[in-house]
Amino acid sequence: MSVQNLNTFDPFADEGDPLGASADVGTQQNYIHIRIQQRNGRKTLTTLQGLPKEYDAKKLLKAFKKEFACNGTLVEDEEAGQVIQLQGDQRIKISNFLVEEGVAKNSIKIHGF
Amino acid sequence: MASEEPLFDPSLKKRKKKQVAFSEDPLGADADPTTPAPAIIDSTTANGDAVDMGPTTMHEQMMQNGFTGEGAEDAVEEKKEDDEFKAMFGDLKKKKKKKDIPMDLPEDNSGTATPTTVPAASEDLDFSDLKKKKKSTKKKAALDMEAFEKELQVAKTKDADEEEGGEEGIPLEGDETELGDDPFTRGETTINIDAGSEPWLGSDRDYTYEELLHRFYVQLHASNPALLNSTGKRYTIAPPQLLREGNKKTVFANVSDICKRMHRQPEHVIQYMFAEMGTTGSVDGSGRLVIRGRFQQKQIEHVLRRYIVEYVTCKTCKSPDTLLTKENRIFFMSCESCGSRRSVAPIKTGFQAQVGRRSKNKTG
Repeated sequence: MSVQNLNTFDPFADEGDPLGASADVGTQQNYIHIRIQQRNGRKTLTTLQGLPKEYDAKKLLKAFKKEFACNGTLVEDEEAGQVIQLQGDQRIKISNFLVEEGVAKNSIKIHGF
Repeated sequence: MASEEPLFDPSLKKRKKKQVAFSEDPLGADADPTTPAPAIIDSTTANGDAVDMGPTTMHEQMMQNGFTGEGAEDAVEEKKEDDEFKAMFGDLKKKKKKKDIPMDLPEDNSGTATPTTVPAASEDLDFSDLKKKKKSTKKKAALDMEAFEKELQVAKTKDADEEEGGEEGIPLEGDETELGDDPFTRGETTINIDAGSEPWLGSDRDYTYEELLHRFYVQLHASNPALLNSTGKRYTIAPPQLLREGNKKTVFANVSDICKRMHRQPEHVIQYMFAEMGTTGSVDGSGRLVIRGRFQQKQIEHVLRRYIVEYVTCKTCKSPDTLLTKENRIFFMSCESCGSRRSVAPIKTGFQAQVGRRSKNKTG
């Protein structure tokens, strides 16, 4: 026979482990990274990494190239997957473009100087 | 204006201005800690001008309008500064500006005594590329001229306050409209702030949240005047000194000094900088950092600001007084002043595109 009253009641029992859901604490979320790299002279290269799967990188690249009037290419990277490379500093433009197309703004990270 | 400022005291005013430059709400209510800070930064500095977002919190409004002793034009000025430097980056910039250019904005009160050449000269300084900065100096110059002409016409001396009041009344011809209309729109938002004299106090109706919140802050500030003035000490960092080494390398001379100021390991800072800028480099014998690529001071500063926001300031209380420790491959940042502790994102170098000759790179 047990005394019901003395059972400890955990008010958060149905909440589960608070850290369980976000097991990747301290790891990178699924950000879209927009980086810039210096080339020779004042030339630069913009890379777009971490594009969600639901976007077709090839079509996006085509749209970028047309919109920003620059050349670009799709690079396969074993770590980063498909990476879009564009000529010139297109970081702000890419970010604006993606936001206008409905990508959450806080999932885009612009790196560089 | 001077008539309604019995408490006016130049030193008080100056102190207050400085405090404004923090632009950090002591409650931290204006910054959402969950959103990454660079978004804010970009909106303010990347294209040079700040985005006017208006007072975000009641507390800020109080900060702007709440000085019973001082007039509305103060609030206006404060407001502008506040907006400009809303982001952490912004207030760092401000800080540096102040340090470099002692005869800048803070001396607003000196008014006609300042020769017009001084602001003009200050435009040549490093930070002049900031649009906002230029505007403010321009405005000041215009203001001085105006005041000077006025003085000639009226031929009587004015004290500094009256002159500032004149700034609002006279439309500045030489200025951009955005600058001109700013003070006027702001003037209407001024809140009547006499403690205990709210008109709704006697009435029977339900008080709105806004009113009650306002009342709370009025009483809070009335009983703790220190809150308004001492929201924290300034966090200053020396501007990075950059030298060009040859054609393709940049030397960051005072990196160790800056790291010491931030209480961070130079390795960590350097690693972050390289990852962010997508480049490489090394530390030379005298503790200077040699970075591959051409970089300007402004760019390095930008990167350092992002580092500070990400890895130095406490997200909860905005204090730079934090410790970074590594536990099980994860960096944790614990705040010395509020005791909060959080994990910070690891520094990760992303995809590096192939630049330069392919023959150099064996894998490519």
